[in-house]
Amino acid sequence: MNYVVQRLLTFPLILLGVSVLVFVSIRMVPGDAITAMLGTEAGLLTPAQRSALAAYFGIDQPVWSQYLRWLSGLFQGDLGISSIYGKPVLAIIIERFPLTLQLALMSMVIALSVGVPLGVFAATRNEKPSDLIVRMLAMLGQSTPSFVIGVLIIYVLSVFFGFVPAMGTFTPLFVDPLASIGQLIFPAITLGFAFAASVTRISRSAMLDVLSDDYIRTARSKGASQRSVVWRHALPNALIPVVTLSGVEFGYLLGGAVIVEQIFALPGLGRLVLDAITQRDYALVQGTVLFIAFNFLLVNLLVDLAYVALDPRIRIGGR
Amino acid sequence: MNWINHRKLMTGLAIATALTTAAAALPVQAATLRMAWSQDATGLDPHKQTAFPSIRLLELVYEPLVRLDADLNVIPAIATSWEFAPDAKTLTFKLDPNAKFTNGAQVTPADVKASFERILNEETAAAARSNFLSIDTIDTPDAETVVFNLKTADVPILVAMATINAAIVPASEIEAGNVGTEAVGSGPFKLDSWEPNSREVLSANADWAGGDVKVDGITISVLPDETAILASLRAGQTDFALLNDPLVATMVPNEANLQLNRAPVLAYNVLQLNPSRPPMDNLKVRQAMSCAINRQEIVDAALAGEGKVTGPLTMPAFAQDPSTLFCYEQDLEKAKALMAESGVSGFTAKVIGATGEPPVAASEAQVLQAQLAEIGINLEIEMMELNVYVDTWLAGNFDMAVAQNGGRPDPFPMYNRYFTKDGNLLKVSNFVDDTLDTLMREGQAETDPAKRVEIFHKFENHLVEQAPWLWLSTGYGYTAQLKTVSGFVPSPTGTLFGLTEVSVQ
Repeated sequence: MNYVVQRLLTFPLILLGVSVLVFVSIRMVPGDAITAMLGTEAGLLTPAQRSALAAYFGIDQPVWSQYLRWLSGLFQGDLGISSIYGKPVLAIIIERFPLTLQLALMSMVIALSVGVPLGVFAATRNEKPSDLIVRMLAMLGQSTPSFVIGVLIIYVLSVFFGFVPAMGTFTPLFVDPLASIGQLIFPAITLGFAFAASVTRISRSAMLDVLSDDYIRTARSKGASQRSVVWRHALPNALIPVVTLSGVEFGYLLGGAVIVEQIFALPGLGRLVLDAITQRDYALVQGTVLFIAFNFLLVNLLVDLAYVALDPRIRIGGR
Repeated sequence: MNWINHRKLMTGLAIATALTTAAAALPVQAATLRMAWSQDATGLDPHKQTAFPSIRLLELVYEPLVRLDADLNVIPAIATSWEFAPDAKTLTFKLDPNAKFTNGAQVTPADVKASFERILNEETAAAARSNFLSIDTIDTPDAETVVFNLKTADVPILVAMATINAAIVPASEIEAGNVGTEAVGSGPFKLDSWEPNSREVLSANADWAGGDVKVDGITISVLPDETAILASLRAGQTDFALLNDPLVATMVPNEANLQLNRAPVLAYNVLQLNPSRPPMDNLKVRQAMSCAINRQEIVDAALAGEGKVTGPLTMPAFAQDPSTLFCYEQDLEKAKALMAESGVSGFTAKVIGATGEPPVAASEAQVLQAQLAEIGINLEIEMMELNVYVDTWLAGNFDMAVAQNGGRPDPFPMYNRYFTKDGNLLKVSNFVDDTLDTLMREGQAETDPAKRVEIFHKFENHLVEQAPWLWLSTGYGYTAQLKTVSGFVPSPTGTLFGLTEVSVQ
């Protein structure tokens, strides 16, 4: 428990670093909210017009004072107001997050339920033709970019089935579970494809390692069945690298899947950040990136705790 | 692996069937037009928004005094008639007594006055303000009349008013500071809701003075990927879509259930030279470049043939046959001779462009690079994110730029900003020329249409010969629709106002 508290205490420090980095870098990029709104027509503004707009967007103050103002708001739970949406940044994030979370979870379920059995299967048939086929497929899955798979899925659906998944808006799970899952299933398959391929590869190699261990030989010599050896004795120990991989991957997915959200027109966190950057909505970029960083830290902590659950020998943070 | 693929497919099929059955039940209930576009509006203040999608949305909600038809003639909107005094220093409008805002109030001369005063107020930061600087005072003698008293003769001001950037908004909304947060207009549709970068819901305005709208409403979805828009059209889940990418547009006619609408636009593709930097400050070098490029080849290779060669004047009423313009037929011998005369023997220059804006920018730059290499000019291409490009472009910080600049129905507001001595974008063009300045002034004051055409032809010929920029081509604006949708008339301004005439079977 001590360890968890220690880790939690480092969070604010890391997040502060992230916030400074984001705050400065987004302002170092040429262009601002004014050029984002007016494009080349911004050149027609008189200096008085320009400063009126700068004051409106809150970018007329020096950067350090903008930062301090933002930071003091943060301590009161106020992430600022988005200039695109005209709403509090926090409210927008809360609105967008369920989609991203659901998509990440669905992709992970697909990846694990496909990847782990395949990896185990391949490991038990090491170097046989079926193993080679699985390895080839995994390689293919890992090396095909998600925009290819996404566009291909949409193409196949629209040409052969006269159908595309609902686009533009998102139906939350609690409103209509079937429609919600139906809308996200294809994006989740797109994301889950490469994810499943990595899971397959890592569970195969971890399984191969474990299967050559002494205790497995002991179990076999005691007369344990093949099924019991693989699933009861070997798999739990082979899962540790899978958990690490899934944790990191899940953390990324919680940051939004920019490309897949773009292709399937899903209003998730990834597109939110992208739109915020291209339209120079500073408050929105800062708030969202901070939120994503926090999620990433949290997921990493949970992964570390999962190790303990999987392997009682592991004592983290101990002496 | 086999069974897994199978399972995915089965799940897909099951969901596909479930959802298509649900979708098949929909068309019965209403004639709401389901529309899609890849870029969303960026705001609701008609006086401040200049982005293409914002203008397209606001044109459905607000109205200016006058608008342009598909042939770019000025036609009535809120104003039913208008008249210039013979000296072009007074412009009088009669308003439509039936025109009403969606809050129920009548559109009055006071609203017109308040709207233009808002545009002219520097604190509003209206980009179109520069088009209306000739306005001295605005009189409202009776309940239907508005009189604009101008400081100088200004004929093009009428066309400048035919844009949504000069929309009439209620004086009460201006006073309450609500313009931009609430959309109260007098146009054919009401904006019921807007989720930025996601979707807009519009419903037909039953009180619209312009007539009856044939659909009940429009829902606009933002689908950022245009191939997904095509898929959605193909699946019959979208009725009508705006397309930017010519390559996606050319795929539409292959689909049996779809129709492509194509209209030439006023925007032009251009290679902007920076005449303040050597060796582009040398007239002979600029002319040599103009002679060295093959404009038709650029259209064929970079735009997939989707465009036509143009001079500076893209509006049909003023455009000249491009082949009559200086060096519009590629002439490498002449180009080499001009280079020799210039005393410059080959050089390297950097050309900037915006990624995806227009979608063909990068390929245009590459074709230009190959063509100019023939006369010893080496182009280094630097593609930038749109905002970075805009910043660099506005600062005039480039040797050359591959640009797509917006066009206007009248040459004066289109080029006044770049090629008169007090143009707001002189820093971008870096080109001051007495002849161009004089011709612009003459064109602004002349009321006889035939004489204006003559003046601007002279302007164009001189501009092309001086070659501060190399005008290349104009493209098309595209919309695609299901064949069950009928009645849409596209316009060179790109407006979607034609949706008022659309019906869905």
